[in-house]
This record gives sequence, C-alpha cells and structure tokens, in this order.
Amino acid sequence: MTHAPTEGSGAGDRIADPWGARTPYGPEDAWPVRIDTFLDGVAEAQVDRWVHSACVLCSNGCGLDIAVAGGRMVGVRGRAGDRVNRGRLGPKGLFGWQANLAADRLTRPLVREGGALAESDWDTAMDRIVQRSRQQLDTPGPGSIGFYTSGQLFLEEYYTLGVIGKAGLGTPHMDGNTRLCTATAGQALKETFGTDGQPASYTDVDHADTIFHYGHNLAATQTVLWSRVLDRRRGPNPPRLVVVDPRPTPVAQEADVHLAIRPGTNLALLNGLLREIIEHGWIDRAFIDAHTVGFDQLAETVGSYDPERVARICGVPADQVREAARILGTGERLLSTALQGVYQSMGATTAACQVNNLNLVRGMIGRPGCGVLQMNGQPTAQNTRETGADGDLPGFRNWDNEAHIRELAELWNVDPIVIPHWAPPTHAMQIWRYAEQGSIGLLWISATNPAVSLPELPRIRSILASEGLFVVVQDAFLTETAQFADVVLPTAIWGEKTGTFTNTDRTVHLSERAVDPPGEARSDLDIWLDYARRMDFRDRDGKPLISWHDAEGAFEAWKACSRGRPCDYTGLTYERLRDAGGIQWPCNDQHPDGAERLYTDLVFNTDPEVCENYGHDLLSGAVTTATEYKASNPAGRAILKAADYQPPHELPSEDYPLLFTTGRSVYHFHTRTKTGRARQLDQAAPDAWVELSAADAERHGIGEGDLVRVESRRGRVEVLARITGIAEGTVFAPFHYGYFDTGGAEPDGRPRAANELTITEWDPVSKQPYYKVCAVRITKGV
Amino acid sequence: MHLANYLGLLHKAELHLADAFRQVGDHHAAEPDVYQLSHTFAGQCERHAERLQPFVDRYGEDAPSEPDRLHSELFRGIRSGGLGLLRDLQDLYLMATESDITWTMIGQAAQGARDIDLVEVVKACEGETATQLKWLKTRMKQAAPQALVVAR
Repeated sequence: MTHAPTEGSGAGDRIADPWGARTPYGPEDAWPVRIDTFLDGVAEAQVDRWVHSACVLCSNGCGLDIAVAGGRMVGVRGRAGDRVNRGRLGPKGLFGWQANLAADRLTRPLVREGGALAESDWDTAMDRIVQRSRQQLDTPGPGSIGFYTSGQLFLEEYYTLGVIGKAGLGTPHMDGNTRLCTATAGQALKETFGTDGQPASYTDVDHADTIFHYGHNLAATQTVLWSRVLDRRRGPNPPRLVVVDPRPTPVAQEADVHLAIRPGTNLALLNGLLREIIEHGWIDRAFIDAHTVGFDQLAETVGSYDPERVARICGVPADQVREAARILGTGERLLSTALQGVYQSMGATTAACQVNNLNLVRGMIGRPGCGVLQMNGQPTAQNTRETGADGDLPGFRNWDNEAHIRELAELWNVDPIVIPHWAPPTHAMQIWRYAEQGSIGLLWISATNPAVSLPELPRIRSILASEGLFVVVQDAFLTETAQFADVVLPTAIWGEKTGTFTNTDRTVHLSERAVDPPGEARSDLDIWLDYARRMDFRDRDGKPLISWHDAEGAFEAWKACSRGRPCDYTGLTYERLRDAGGIQWPCNDQHPDGAERLYTDLVFNTDPEVCENYGHDLLSGAVTTATEYKASNPAGRAILKAADYQPPHELPSEDYPLLFTTGRSVYHFHTRTKTGRARQLDQAAPDAWVELSAADAERHGIGEGDLVRVESRRGRVEVLARITGIAEGTVFAPFHYGYFDTGGAEPDGRPRAANELTITEWDPVSKQPYYKVCAVRITKGV
Repeated sequence: MHLANYLGLLHKAELHLADAFRQVGDHHAAEPDVYQLSHTFAGQCERHAERLQPFVDRYGEDAPSEPDRLHSELFRGIRSGGLGLLRDLQDLYLMATESDITWTMIGQAAQGARDIDLVEVVKACEGETATQLKWLKTRMKQAAPQALVVAR
C-alpha cells in the first residue's frame, strides 16, 4: 500500500487513518472545527480561487471548497463553518476529485456503428435518441420508454428529468439506483411517519447519550459522521453504543454491545429488542397514547420473541440481546441509525420500521439527541426521492391522491391523465424485467453503472445486450454499462457544473462550477434540456413544458413544486446557499433558517391529505386503500407497524453451505468509476476480495491470501481470501469491483464482481434488492 | 344443517387455491415477487385448511352429500408472458374471492351455531385471505397497463 502525502491541519495520512485526528467534545458542546485539506503539488498561495461546493462521494455531503489554479482543479479543503463536517473531509472527499482529471474522460458523444461504438457529434447522437423516442411513443406508446438514473446528479437535473418523464413523455417507468441504496429508508419513513424526510439531524450525535447503529458500518459509509461519533466517545460523558453487524467492523469494535447476527435475521432481533423494552416497561406510555397508533398490535406481534428464541434465530447469545435492550431501553436521549444491513436484507422495510418503532415506543423523537436517521447511501439520493426522478412523485406527493395529481397537473399545466398515477411508479427491478421481456424498447441510463451494481450480473448483461433494446448511457467514463450502449453521451460532472443537492439530514448545499468540462462534455441538465427542446414537449397552452434554461431556473421551478410540502425549499436561493453554506429543509416562512429536526411538535405527516402513500401490508406489499387508511385514523400520529420474522428464501444447503453478503470499502464508492481513478484510493484497495471466518477457512483448507472460487446458483467469482472475525458461516465481498480496468464490460478470465453471485429478489414493500443474503460455496484455487 | 357443506366448500377452496398459487408461482418464477409470495400464500392456504379440518370432521357426520356441486373450478392451467401472468393472477383473484366470501359465511354460521372455536379460526384466517386479495389486486393493477397496452 502506498500512502500519498497530504497537507493541512489534521489531515495526516488519511489512507492509513481514514477518520483523522480526534477532537473530543462533550454533550451540549459544539463539535470542534478541524480543517482537512489536500492540494496536489501546489501550495495554498498558488491557488487562484476556492469554489464553493460539497462532497459527492457519500451521503454525508461535507461542505468543501474546490481549489483551482491555472484553470485546473488542484485540490479541496473542508469548510470550517459547515454544519455537516466543520472542516473535515474523509479519504474519498480528499482524493476522489482527481477522477475529474483522468485521461480517459469521455469528451465526445459515441454512437453504435456496425456493432462498435464510434465517436460522433451531439446532433447525430441526440437525433438518434429523439428518433427512437418518437418511434416508441408512436407504437406502442410511452410505456415502452424507461429511465434509470442515479443518486449522484444534482436536484435540478432530477427535477427536469422527472418533468420530462412524467409530464412530457408520460411514462411510469422511472427509477434510479436509489432503489438499490435508499428505497427502504424512504419507504420506512412513509410507513411510519406518513412521508419521506429524515426526522433527526446530525447534531443529534452531539446530544445523544445512547447511539444505535443497525446494519450501518458508519466508519466506511460516512467517515466524517463516524469522526463525530468517535469524538463524542473520546470526550466527557460519552454516549453508549450498540451495534448490529455480522462483521467486526470498526464500528462494531468500538461498540459497548456488538450483536454479530446471522445475515437475514434482522426482524427477529428487532422484534426481540422491542419485546424486552415493552416487558421491562421502558416505554413512554403517555407518548404512545397521544402520538402513535398500532401499539397493541405491535406488542402482540413481538410478544413471542423472547431472548432465547431470538438467540436461536440470530445466532447471538440471549444475554447479549438482553444487554442491548437494556442500554437502548434506559438511555434518556436515543439516536438510532440504519443502513444497508437493514435495507438490503430480508424483511427490509419491516425491519427499518422497527428501528422507527424503538424510538417511538420510548418517546424519543423530535428533540435534541432523540431521533432516527434512516440513512441514504448516495450523496444526492434524497433529491432523487424528492423530485420524482425515482419511483415517487415530486414533492413527496401521493400517486393515489387525486388532489396531489391535480396540483402537479396545474403546476405543469398538463392534463392530469398524462401523469402516470394509476399504480405506484414502476420500480427499477420491474423496469429491467420489462426490458428483458421486450415491452420497454428504450432504456436511458444516467450516472450509474448497472452492469456492475445490479444483482445477478449475467442476467443484466444479457438484457443490456439484447437486440430489441435501445440503450442510452450518460456518463463521464466508458463504464461497463456504457460499453453496451447504442448512444453514449459524455457528461460534465461535479466541479464542472452548478447545482444543489441534499444530504441525509436534509442539508441542502450549492455546488458551483469550478472548471470547464473536458472536450464536448455537457451537464446532464443541459442534455435533458436539449432533449426536451428537440422533442418539443408542450403544455396545455402550447407553451414549452420546460420553461427553464439553466440550473438556477430549474431550482426556482422546483421551489414552486415543493411549496407547502414537507420538503419545502421556498426559503432557499442560490445566493443564500452561497453565503450561508448548508441549510436544512424545510426552509420557508415558518422556518426561515431551515428546520434542524422534523416533528418537534409531535405532529407527524400521516394526515390522509398530507401523506405520501396510504401504506402497505408489510408481509406482501399489498397497497392499503385510501378508505382503509382513513378508517385507521392516524390523524397526525405515527403508525407503529409490525410483522413476524420470515426466514430468507435462499438458505444454505449441502451444495451451497455458506451465507453470502456484500458491502463496501472505505476507499471506494459505488462501482469505482471515480474512486478507482484516484491514485491513493485505487492503491489503497486495488482488487476484490472475500472475507471468511477462521473456522470456515480451516474447513475448506483456505489460507490468508489464497485465490478462491466463490459460487452461487447464478455465477462465480475468483478472488483473494481474507480471514477475519466475521460470523462463522458467512462470507463477505465488496461490491465495488467490475471490469473497466481489467479489460472490458464483463469478466475476461477472472470474474470478480460480487454481483455475479447475488440473487434477483427484493423487499415486497420498498422493492429494494436483497444483496445481503444468498447461499454460496467456496473452494480453494480456481 | 348445511354448515358442513360450506365448511367442505371452504376446505376444498383453500386447498385448490394453495395448489393454484404454487402452480402460478412456479410457472412465473422469472417474476421473483410472484414466485415468493405465491409460495408464502400457498402455505397460508394450507394452514387454513388444516385449521378447518377439525370442524369439517365435527360437523361432517350429519352433512347432506352435495358439496361438489358447490365447488367451482376457475383455474384451468397456467399461461405465459405478461398477459398470461395477468390472466393467471386474475384467476387466483377469483378463487381467493370465493374463499373470502365463504370465510364470511362460515363466520356468520359460527356465530349462529355459538361455536366459539370456529369463530376464533375465522378471525385468525379471514384477514390473511383478504390480504391475498389485496396483494393480487396491487400486482395486477401494476401489470395491467404494460400487459394490455404496451406489450406485443
């Protein structure tokens, strides 16, 4: 491993120490500032200007300035005044920007000619897309066009895409890779609180006396937030820490109680924790009576999950379950967080709802140190969800509420029948299925890499390669996915375009253009504005449907769409964001400086006229009707939903005796499209691996560093083995690695993408794929 | 007393429905949600039949022999593709409707017969049948525009 030199106070060697130096603090104190800087080969005095931005390499959204010298990006520096990071940056933030300068950026549009991609020009490329769009619209109609976008673009881009899709083309088939990372977070918030929107704030770390990280390897996923937790842990009156993770992650090693459960058993554990808390009377009965519905049903459902039963299902000691429940049950200020260990595993939405329920039965929400963070995985996933570029409607509107559809129709001046709202918008896995079956003939993929990130890659590659499917890919690099495209559009990325984005705790940042994009690359916004012009989308009065021409115009249009909804942006302007840095939504007349926490008045968004959907049966995902929802009369109270644990569907067998789970490296993001092109990050973790326990390694005659083959019913990988303290019977692989840097779009000799193995299956409510539970076998050698 | 006939009708309807769920699930295994939930629901239907069995036995002794005439056969085999899936789910929906209304009638009869045990069984099971119907409707509403308007 080579370590790069870094500069700036507190930076040190941030590959070896991803979290940097400690700045301990106590409850009620402000988190101390620590400014992290990395300049590549220039001194601070040589920097021409610092350009206001924030980091897009995880969902934390750390405020930073981009250093520009001689018209080039030369480094980054954390913003001391930013509420999210107080000057800090993680290793991805410090080093990841170098991908902008990579030699293999796409600089011209590519079109498929005679089976191969050839350089072309914008007119040719856009004409092909427009021609194919018109054909599809003609026969069989808008339902034959699908969009698959990202959690890495800007709000303005998503909103423009959303309006094009929903009011221009009128297709229900729009989703993003947010389905893979954050769909369960959004859905669990809707089921419990009525709408999406994070109840808590990052500042709750400052106040909490008890922190619960469930399936959330914070040390790798949001390094700067983990620094905040560590600083509390090293300061006076540190919070107690309970962690659930099958792996001995740095977060698990720091914990007071670490429950290393068997993958796929979350709901049994959570039901058990709730049962202990209820049995011991660690609940806030007055809060439950006044501000929730469904407690009796919850208590009845969890009643049979005694610690011994939980221990049997989850593979952890019963006393550990008791001890975890005692800590969670006796704190005064409880902050709970969840991520992919919950969202990508069996019973995802139900389990995420139980995390909400833990805080609700304890009456710990809406005040300092008390709350829930249903984390996002990607930097701008929150905006995909807000603007309706995924399987939601803009402004958290309810597809099943005619009044909400009328609001959108009036705003866009289109007939309500144009806006698809006859069923929930199509989820990503179904979009891919329609493409596989041929009823979607045009699939437009932006800023994501499904040929590495979707489950069961052999299937995904065959869909992308299918004859009848016209694939458009918008990206900065020739990704594995782009290599299958019919048209590739080169994009400007972060630092080369202006726009806003919103992090997990509702903090909105403005990110400004620091340098010009390479060659002919254009922003995703400009591409979609150009498409709308070429398609000549019109409103009911014959005026252009898309009336804006730049990012700030799109932001103003979005503000109008958000007005009066929970994610109200009407009090924000580019100017304010430029001056003040990050500001949390809602920001409006009522909350002119933004709202630190939601639900401080303990009135939740469950009123039938407010809520984003009417909820689901948690076992099946069956939709609750408006009539049924109204009859349950939540009326501003939170909804305590419960269900029984169901075992995973693909369990270990004689042929495939081990459980397989996936996750991430602290040095990489998504499919390494950027981080694999930043020298320090690439060198820190250059190749794929699998982790297994010492007992399993011995059983299979495997030593540290051996080349092993891991196989599932769907595919195989051949990677190096690491022997770790992971729970026995479980095998882990990072999901970042594909083939762009080993020669192509697919395995050439040695397959290494974790998703060669994963299963095509998803949570019935959130439709998020189950990446964290399938069965595999392992053998030494290949 | 005709309660036995109706119990027999429901018992049979649940077993037929279990079988149909399994067939549809297996045939449409390329739709993972349909596959998994069909099997979950098939298990529910079988448990319903098991719980009805003691009552079928108890009331069956003095039953007039005409339960077969009451039973309808909706499901006559599986079909393929998007439209085939929709038709198969629709048959499941109609079959589940028969179970659903029969649970209601058995519930009424159980009250009339003051059979607390049977009332309890109806209470425990009829909600699951209602959820099966809700899921089928949800899935069909999602599939219908694509199958009927877009797919070739």
